[in-house]
Amino acid sequence: MKTTLATLRKGQKAIITALNVDAIPLKLLEMGCLPGNPVELIQVAPFGDPIYINVNDSHVAIRTETAIEIDVEIISD
Amino acid sequence: MANRNIKIALIGNPNTGKTSVFNQLTGLNQQVGNYPGITVERKQGIARLPDNIKGTIIDLPGTYSLNASSMDENVVIELLLNRNDKDFPDVAVVVTDIENLKRNLLLFTQIKDLEIPTILVINMADRMEKKGISVDIPYLEKEFNTKIALVSSRKGTGIHQLKKLIVDFETLSTEPCLNASSIDPEYFGNLREKFPNQLLYKLWLVITQDVNFGKLERNELNNSSFTKSESELKRLQQKETIKRYQFINKVLRDGLKVDTSKATDFRTRLDTILTHKVFGYLIFFAILMLIFQSIFAWSSIPMDMIDEGFTWLSGYVSENMPPGKLTELIAEGIIPGIGGVVIFIPQIAFLFLFISILEESGYMSRVVFLMDHIMKRFGLSGKSVVPLISGTACAIPAIMATRNIENWRERLITILVTPFTTCSARLPVYTILISLIIPNRMVLGIFNLQGLTLMLLYLIGFGSAIISAILLNKILKVSRKTFFVAEMPSYKIPLGRNVVITVVEKTKAFVFGAGKIILAISIIIWFLGSHSPNEEYNRAEEIITQNPENRNLPEKEIKQKIASFQLEHSYIGIMGKSIEPAIEPLGYDWKIGIAIVSSFAAREVFVGTLATIYTIGNVEDEATIKERMKQEVDPDTGKKIFNFATGISLLLFYAFAMQCMSTLAITRKETNSWKWPMIQLFTMSAFAYVVSLITYQLLK
Repeated sequence: MKTTLATLRKGQKAIITALNVDAIPLKLLEMGCLPGNPVELIQVAPFGDPIYINVNDSHVAIRTETAIEIDVEIISD
Repeated sequence: MANRNIKIALIGNPNTGKTSVFNQLTGLNQQVGNYPGITVERKQGIARLPDNIKGTIIDLPGTYSLNASSMDENVVIELLLNRNDKDFPDVAVVVTDIENLKRNLLLFTQIKDLEIPTILVINMADRMEKKGISVDIPYLEKEFNTKIALVSSRKGTGIHQLKKLIVDFETLSTEPCLNASSIDPEYFGNLREKFPNQLLYKLWLVITQDVNFGKLERNELNNSSFTKSESELKRLQQKETIKRYQFINKVLRDGLKVDTSKATDFRTRLDTILTHKVFGYLIFFAILMLIFQSIFAWSSIPMDMIDEGFTWLSGYVSENMPPGKLTELIAEGIIPGIGGVVIFIPQIAFLFLFISILEESGYMSRVVFLMDHIMKRFGLSGKSVVPLISGTACAIPAIMATRNIENWRERLITILVTPFTTCSARLPVYTILISLIIPNRMVLGIFNLQGLTLMLLYLIGFGSAIISAILLNKILKVSRKTFFVAEMPSYKIPLGRNVVITVVEKTKAFVFGAGKIILAISIIIWFLGSHSPNEEYNRAEEIITQNPENRNLPEKEIKQKIASFQLEHSYIGIMGKSIEPAIEPLGYDWKIGIAIVSSFAAREVFVGTLATIYTIGNVEDEATIKERMKQEVDPDTGKKIFNFATGISLLLFYAFAMQCMSTLAITRKETNSWKWPMIQLFTMSAFAYVVSLITYQLLK
């Protein structure tokens, strides 16, 4: 299975490898959610959605439907 | 030089303390208005700058970039792209937060590309030491090709230096700090060839705004031979963003040092508790309870004082001014009208006090995060929580608060259902009706039955908002992309100054916005209630006194008979009588009918109208009005008018009916269409009619 932002566990750190530009709001890209940038899963809301991430020093909540469009490579637990 | 005036635009990401900088620069010397045609707030202030120069500062809505995704953000772009706009700034001041410098600088580099003199403000300097951050200002000034002010809007440091930089704006370089066109040289080369006199980056913005949101004029750009598809443009935008970040990262690598060992994990720990799956909700509901408690318990004291004050003033005027039409208008139309507006100030102020504290502290974003999944099931967004809570004060600011919901469909549903929440205008109606029909008794030892009824009405309000959201979610076919991005700002202790300014501004906006309508209606009702097309109206005294039945009545009762005879034959009485057949099955007589008609534009007018109806020509206090309502009997059956069945039917009618012109007007503005306010008006009112009809027929 592909590793995406949605499959990360709480506290895991990763690097963004690729993303589907058409399915991601520009605002998120502008916050630094771009290939090559580090991302950490900080918190998962009750019922598993949305998720709270720290990407490129931006703290932001996104829905899992967006998170599955962002491929990552885990660098540390 | 004494008259020199510099126009300044204050720009920045949300949560950078931009408004604090604005407050520091201008003090309370601010004006809040709306941009023409749209309801985006337009904040302008005057700053006193060195050398006796005046600075006119526009505080533009917070935006993440020049690629607009909301109406608020569009305002920023429309102003900055139009050099002919009378507000076009001489100098742009971009506010950034030292802790989020990287991201905040994205917007800065975009503004810089527009070749406007741009000052960079690095705010929250007071947190640098605690966070272990140090910056090399001269290096950053060289790389970004402009001047930088390091300020702390919290402590008020650096503001003087910022003012000096503003005065010297003409010495700033207008050169861009990076070349964005290198992302697609061929495309931009073609653009430059075709429009040699235009700023390249400006062209690019005009082209791409259509992709995201905008309605900027595209004129001949449309039929140019080298158009790109929406997806291609978005890819280019991504490239542009990456390019900007590469530049920013390169500069910050040398210019900004962060000692991570000093960074505390206070935020992480607080987040763990506040977004916890059990404690998170408990804390949220505890805070909600506190808000409701304060809105209803604490504000009742000043509200009673305001009520008594205006009643006294009204009586004073009618006793001490020469009798006549003018005195009547002032004592019975204008003063109760103004009183009807002023009485809501304590509740609105309390609500905005809490909302601004929750927003300033960063807690509101955690609520959005916690609630999103639940709200999404109802077709709403986590961000709908704020409007739904605000709706308990007033639907108008609540609907305006939906603007940061990115998803149009979720935003539309939020706008449509918000009027169901029990706003403060329903409160006086509920209070008086409950006290008439529900016994003041304790149940189970601790609960007051009247209080429980009121709470039930609030739950009905929220419940119907949620249920209609579910229905709308099934019915509505709005195909726009759905996005949810909520920034989680770091926690901050709210600044008293900012909170006070927000409370004052929002309360003022309510008083002068909604207040105008309420006052106007009060005057119209007074006029319609004291004038008549019929000759009989003027002979009321003669008719009543000559009626043999009335011969032995005391003078006071005769006076009342005259007053109610006049009312029955006035314009408003005729209107009430004409709708009586339609409302009779709901349990209402023509007097209640008048109150419903008059409160069609604003609910709170109901109590005022009943007060006017029962006391026209005779100012009394509310207790007496309640007594009068209690005594009201049906002339045919001899039964009480305000009995249990009628009371419940009326309560439910007010819970559901769309009786607020201001809300309809704001819905019209926010949805940019008459369709949605009309849907609100007709479905909500029809639903209210049906529910009240069934209730009355079952209970009577």
